[in-house]
Amino acid sequence: MLRYTLKRLLSLMISLAIASLVIFAVIEVAPGDPASFMLGINAQEDTLAALRAELGLDQSKLQRYLGWVAGMLQGDFGTSYQYRTPVAQMIGDRLWVSLPLAIYALTLSTLIAFPAGIYAAARRGKAGDIGVMGATQIGVAIPNFWFAMMLVLVFAINLRWFSAGGFAGWDKGTFAALKSLTLPAIALALPQAAILARVMRSALLDVMGEDFMRTARAKGLTRAQALRRHGLRNAMIPVLTILGLQLSFLLAGGIIIEQVFYLPGLGRLIFQSISARDLIVVESVTMLLVFAVIVVNFLVDLAYAAVDPRLRART
Amino acid sequence: MSLLSVENLSLSIRGTSILRDVSLQLDAGEVVAITGESGSGKSMTALAVIQLLPEGSEVDGQIVLDGDDVTAMNEAALCRLRGDVVSMVFQEPMTALNPVQTIGAQVAETVRLHRPDLDPVKRASEVLTRVGLAPDLIPMSRYPHELSGGQRQRVVIAIAIACGPKLLIADEPTTALDVTTQAQILDLLVQLAGEDGMGLMMITHDLAVVAQMAQRIIVMQNGEVVEAGNTSTLLANPQHPYTRALFAASNHQVTLPEIAQTTPLLRVKNVVRDYVLPRTRLFQRPATHRAVDHVSFDIARGERVGLVGESGCGKSTLTRAILGLEAVQSGSITLDGAPVFSGGTPDLSVRRRMQVVFQDPYGSFNPRHRVARLITEPFHLLETRPDNTDERIAVALTAVGLSPDDAEKYPHQFSGGQRQRLAIARALIIRPDLIVFDEAVSALDVSVRAQILDLIAELCVQYDLTYLFISHDLSVVRTITDRVLVMQAGQIVEQGATEAVFTAPTHPYTRTLIDAAPILPVSPKTKVMP
Amino acid sequence: MSRTLILGGALSVLVVLAALTSFIWTPFEHTAMNIPAKLQTPNGTHWFGTDHFGRDMFSMIMVGARTSIAVAFVAVGIGIGLGVPLGLWAAARQGGWVDEVIMRGNDLIFAFPSLVIAILITAIFGAGAINAIIAIGIFNIPVFARVTRGGALPIWAREFILAARVAGKGAARISYEHVLPNIANLLIVQATIQFSLGILAEAALSYVGLGAQPPTPSWGRMLADAQTLVSIAPHMALVPGFAIILTVLGLNLLGDGLRDALDPKLRVAGV
Repeated sequence: MLRYTLKRLLSLMISLAIASLVIFAVIEVAPGDPASFMLGINAQEDTLAALRAELGLDQSKLQRYLGWVAGMLQGDFGTSYQYRTPVAQMIGDRLWVSLPLAIYALTLSTLIAFPAGIYAAARRGKAGDIGVMGATQIGVAIPNFWFAMMLVLVFAINLRWFSAGGFAGWDKGTFAALKSLTLPAIALALPQAAILARVMRSALLDVMGEDFMRTARAKGLTRAQALRRHGLRNAMIPVLTILGLQLSFLLAGGIIIEQVFYLPGLGRLIFQSISARDLIVVESVTMLLVFAVIVVNFLVDLAYAAVDPRLRART
Repeated sequence: MSLLSVENLSLSIRGTSILRDVSLQLDAGEVVAITGESGSGKSMTALAVIQLLPEGSEVDGQIVLDGDDVTAMNEAALCRLRGDVVSMVFQEPMTALNPVQTIGAQVAETVRLHRPDLDPVKRASEVLTRVGLAPDLIPMSRYPHELSGGQRQRVVIAIAIACGPKLLIADEPTTALDVTTQAQILDLLVQLAGEDGMGLMMITHDLAVVAQMAQRIIVMQNGEVVEAGNTSTLLANPQHPYTRALFAASNHQVTLPEIAQTTPLLRVKNVVRDYVLPRTRLFQRPATHRAVDHVSFDIARGERVGLVGESGCGKSTLTRAILGLEAVQSGSITLDGAPVFSGGTPDLSVRRRMQVVFQDPYGSFNPRHRVARLITEPFHLLETRPDNTDERIAVALTAVGLSPDDAEKYPHQFSGGQRQRLAIARALIIRPDLIVFDEAVSALDVSVRAQILDLIAELCVQYDLTYLFISHDLSVVRTITDRVLVMQAGQIVEQGATEAVFTAPTHPYTRTLIDAAPILPVSPKTKVMP
Repeated sequence: MSRTLILGGALSVLVVLAALTSFIWTPFEHTAMNIPAKLQTPNGTHWFGTDHFGRDMFSMIMVGARTSIAVAFVAVGIGIGLGVPLGLWAAARQGGWVDEVIMRGNDLIFAFPSLVIAILITAIFGAGAINAIIAIGIFNIPVFARVTRGGALPIWAREFILAARVAGKGAARISYEHVLPNIANLLIVQATIQFSLGILAEAALSYVGLGAQPPTPSWGRMLADAQTLVSIAPHMALVPGFAIILTVLGLNLLGDGLRDALDPKLRVAGV
């Protein structure tokens, strides 16, 4: 198990290193000079040079890359070109919106999808299965930002149960903060729940066809007992994969939902920074999201091993 | 009164009739074998007794087990019955156990379900000890993937007998196992049945397996019981023509022509093939597994040589090396003096002189190509495609007993035996010197197997062929080869004339193999059947 | 044919027909503004109503279908064109360093949150349909590579591959002759799935203003226009929303139907 973990950890670090290079390279080839963008068209040449020096833009590419990575390792993400404030602080504030939103949405998605998937698998081919599957087909086809607009229309504008957008802030209390994240979380969660429920169902149906399920039935277990005691854990492997992909999607996919609800999260930060050419912020936020995705994948790999003893043995 | 009494059982699945008027009895403590070829309905009969039939099954008739008709029971009553009164052991031990649960937990679960009065863990440990997996040797905390196939089958048996059932059904329990393991598992089943006074119902396609252990044999064909009787009577004097044909096919002998010359065609000299194992530590030199260990032998032109051994003995690796598909670490393999392996680009002039026939009649053809394209694939080994391709297709198809018109068909339009004929046609079309048969008849029913063996014997005369016949089935090797090589753990431990090796083996491993292989005792009367 | 296949096929054909018809005919010029007729709900003249500039939404939906289909189609093409050969190559060299490099590269692309990178690409290199296609297409490459490799590995273990090797055929030839035809079904099904995901992604990019630029109409931008007006003119959001949902639903049903129809195992069972 330790060996497996170390091996995964090594591949995690290689992935991070390559990802940082790619992101740096993409930002590097971006047209436009941040310094001239910040000072406007009429800036003096010597003022520009001074600003470039201040921002570290006059250094070689390698120096800048190494400086960026070394900074990140110490929690220093540089200074925003636009606001002249530490990027780490900007990200920190926004993370307190985006991360709870992602976790909220994932929780909702799991709570809906697991029972729905298990129910559909157990009633395979019957009316309940067809109903759930039909609903998930539509769920998969709905763009989440459109669904968000519909939620606003119904629950905020017509029913007035929620505000149409904005974030209450954690200082207004957990309830108020969660309430303002509820519609965004639902908008994010439902289409994801549809995918997850489908995966859950098909994983369970695959497991039901396995020989060991027949052994379980021959022992005298009922269909439901066999499914619960032997089926579920074996079906978790494909489900975990999707769950891992979803958490990363929810972290990143929040970007557009944050636009719909005017939430001050990482998504809005990235859009504002792109339009302001505040590349260091874009670079760091992207890197953070990639980091989150890679770490989530690492955790999923560990979860696999916890579920499946065969993986623990293999190196 | 019988322990189990099946009366006029008919079964159809989604409208397709599977069983018709099956009646059979089984007494407590009795060992009964149900035999028949694929599609005979023997497995479905077993599944009907334990009421684990596939969805969409319609049952007619009675199955009285221990005084109750199981066809009339509701699901709750059946769940109390299964695992307690009747248990089942399945064919495929590799997949019959839950991979993510320890073996101890899987055995204990049965106890917990039916015997709340017993300590499940203690009972599991007792039962595992009985099947030869004493917890001080094989801890109950092991997972299935940490056990061998035979050990896994023992766990499945332990699960089945944990609550002391009155009837144990074993559906092809040894088909997936090696011959020595098979003998041990069969002994274990019979011993357990005897000790506990259990009724044992053995489902098998291989009569020889059950001939020594069953008191009665029931022969099925196409969903019907064609004959039933005491083992000794039935074997000595089979009544039904199908039974007689089945017996004859099981003991089928072919006639081989004399070998004309003794010049060596294939020479294998001191061949070593190592495989690199996955690293166990990050910065350690990876260990190697020696799959083939200094193997040497010659095959003379016209000779039919058998290669026998159990799974993992290295015969597959050796086969690939002989076919020139893989390099060897040391030693040489030559065909008529030319090396069979020539680096990345195959030496066509050598390759075109040998062909291969594989085991799986379903997997050995690309399902999307027509027969004409499939069997002419070896023409790729020629510099130019022959002008008379159509004629050669027709000749090859005719030679293996198919029609030239079959060239336009797809492989799924043929039966398993016909596909094996196609595979032989594919090998034959380029007129090779050597054909390697890699378990080529192992997947076939006995009657089909007999026909294919006849065909193979005929062709070697007509086409002046040399055979290397690789098989785990000793009875087949015994009839189709002149000389036999016995392989164990990467080495050839014995070689010699087939009859000599079989009648007087010198190596202890050969002795074990031959003793373990089940043989059907036949009376002279059955042997004369065509 | 199953009902799923028929329904999915009909919806998909309908959308493609609408897109093709828009080249020769639309009820109104889709860019023609008519302020007096703005924000009309669906009626006899304007079947899907009008937007805040009085443009006919039915015409806009028809022309918008063109953009959606074109973007998704080319993006799938990129995925198949690069992903399938990579997947075949990796499968042919299973366990070797080529396989390792290709699969690790795949994992790496998967590790990037696709939408973020798509936004990054379009934001940095300029918003527009071409960059949207590239951004979506890049993420199709590892999907097809993985599906291809996953489908090809069991084929490589089959005996007919060994027979082809005995016949002296090389890995490239075997991949083309024996592996590809046997995974074609898998790829067709995956293509319909990626197509529908492409349509969703294009809509999302256009919605945040990074997809096709005006005057090229697109469903995503129609939704962006609708956002501030959703309380007074809900049809402006409902119409393009339903267009997206029905298109994606149609493609997904088509994919499911094709999978069932093309799966030889299921076909044998059906006989």
